[in-house]
Amino acid sequence: MSTYSDLIPVNVLTGALGSGKTTLLKALLRAPRLDGTMVLVNELGEVGIDHHLVEHASESTLLLENGCLCCAMRDDLKTALKDLHSRRARGEIPCYERVVVETTGIADPVPIAYTLLAEPVLQHHYRLGNVVTVVDAVNAAAQLDRFAESVKQVALADRLVVSKLDIAGPGVLAALRPRLAKVNPDAPIITAEVPGLDPVGLLIADIHDRRSKSAEVERWMRSTTNAAVAHKGHHPHAAGITACCFTFDAVLDWTAFGVWMSMLLHRHGDRVLRMKGLLNVAGVPGPVLVNGVQHLVHPPAHLDRWPDEDRRSRLVVISSGLDRGEIERSLHAFNALANPPPAGRDLPSTAAALRGRMRASAGAENRFEAPRRPAWRSSG
Amino acid sequence: MCSLCGILGGRGHWTESASSPEVFAGRTEVHTAGRERQQRTRILNVVLGHYGLAVSDWTAGRSVLRSATGRTALVDNVGELWPAAERLAGRALDPLDPALLTALAPPGAGTS
Repeated sequence: MSTYSDLIPVNVLTGALGSGKTTLLKALLRAPRLDGTMVLVNELGEVGIDHHLVEHASESTLLLENGCLCCAMRDDLKTALKDLHSRRARGEIPCYERVVVETTGIADPVPIAYTLLAEPVLQHHYRLGNVVTVVDAVNAAAQLDRFAESVKQVALADRLVVSKLDIAGPGVLAALRPRLAKVNPDAPIITAEVPGLDPVGLLIADIHDRRSKSAEVERWMRSTTNAAVAHKGHHPHAAGITACCFTFDAVLDWTAFGVWMSMLLHRHGDRVLRMKGLLNVAGVPGPVLVNGVQHLVHPPAHLDRWPDEDRRSRLVVISSGLDRGEIERSLHAFNALANPPPAGRDLPSTAAALRGRMRASAGAENRFEAPRRPAWRSSG
Repeated sequence: MCSLCGILGGRGHWTESASSPEVFAGRTEVHTAGRERQQRTRILNVVLGHYGLAVSDWTAGRSVLRSATGRTALVDNVGELWPAAERLAGRALDPLDPALLTALAPPGAGTS
């Protein structure tokens, strides 16, 4: 089985209407490093791409059973990517090495990420690369106030590109930086006016790219440390968004952590804009990185060794309305479950307890010895 | 795809270390998929027990979730387990619920 790093990366380029996504894409695609890039656009693009292939995808979505809105599978994207891969395998189109999906300005990028991470066939061929969000310097403040999609686009970003600084007033960027950092303290903020935008830094270098993984982790650790200082004590921000930064001295059990985080994101994923962690996992020599957005979790990434002497686990949760103390207490309680309870604390390790109770209630002829401790209760 | 049962398999859920061999291949302790599965089932049953539910292995890597009234659901991973568990329990399963955390905390244990 190929590893996650071997899969074809799919970058998502998003941003509000008129923010300059197409202009940025046009500039990036001139770079030789992006030869062999396939571009998918939601709507008719204005980019004259001679040496690249352009596919158009419509806006149809497929809502999965039991799924929330962010768990809507983008049926059009799924079909387009599968079709592209088939044609690539048959030799009908060049053997592209990367895909860039340019969304419409009003698109919620989360279903696009969900499609890539969860679709059973796509996940064998593609992986989610950097999400690049273009932020219009002139209108960003108003958009972040008014549109939930704009906040999501910023929260989901791995890179934030600020455009239209040439027509924005002086001091706009300085005012915008802390605003963006509160929603997403991790993403580097890049100005689109910089000559020769670096396609490597924007699209290619990511946490799953073997050549850039270490640098990405070190950058993430720095930003997490800075965020921990900036958000010490958990301050509410605009739109009720809070950034909570935790450090844990205890080594974490991966299985217990997975149970906890999957349960947390299932119940509260619609309020979690971003969740990122650098974890000291029991039995794993280097740090394990986890990265979640709403109900989505990227496959974990790993470094062979810790970048410094600090071995504490770090977790940043950017959410709307979740309580810091409850999150901390919950993670500690779940992590404590990793160690089997001491003798005498009879917990239902299998469904035997349930079967026993069912048999006991079925009739007097069932000779059943009830568990010593009623470790589970009726749902009421 | 499983050649015996014909079930189409994905890459595995992110919580399963087998789905990320590049992350967990260098473990410094003895580890097997079976032991991890046992551990996950044990932890899940502690949590699910609070809601009157229990989970056990079924086949082909799937698990069967049972309610006290005998309702069942098959799930492939913990991602599928939580919505199914809420259906069977008839209420939300919240890891931040103080009642759940009190039930989980060992006697006399601090929280942080």
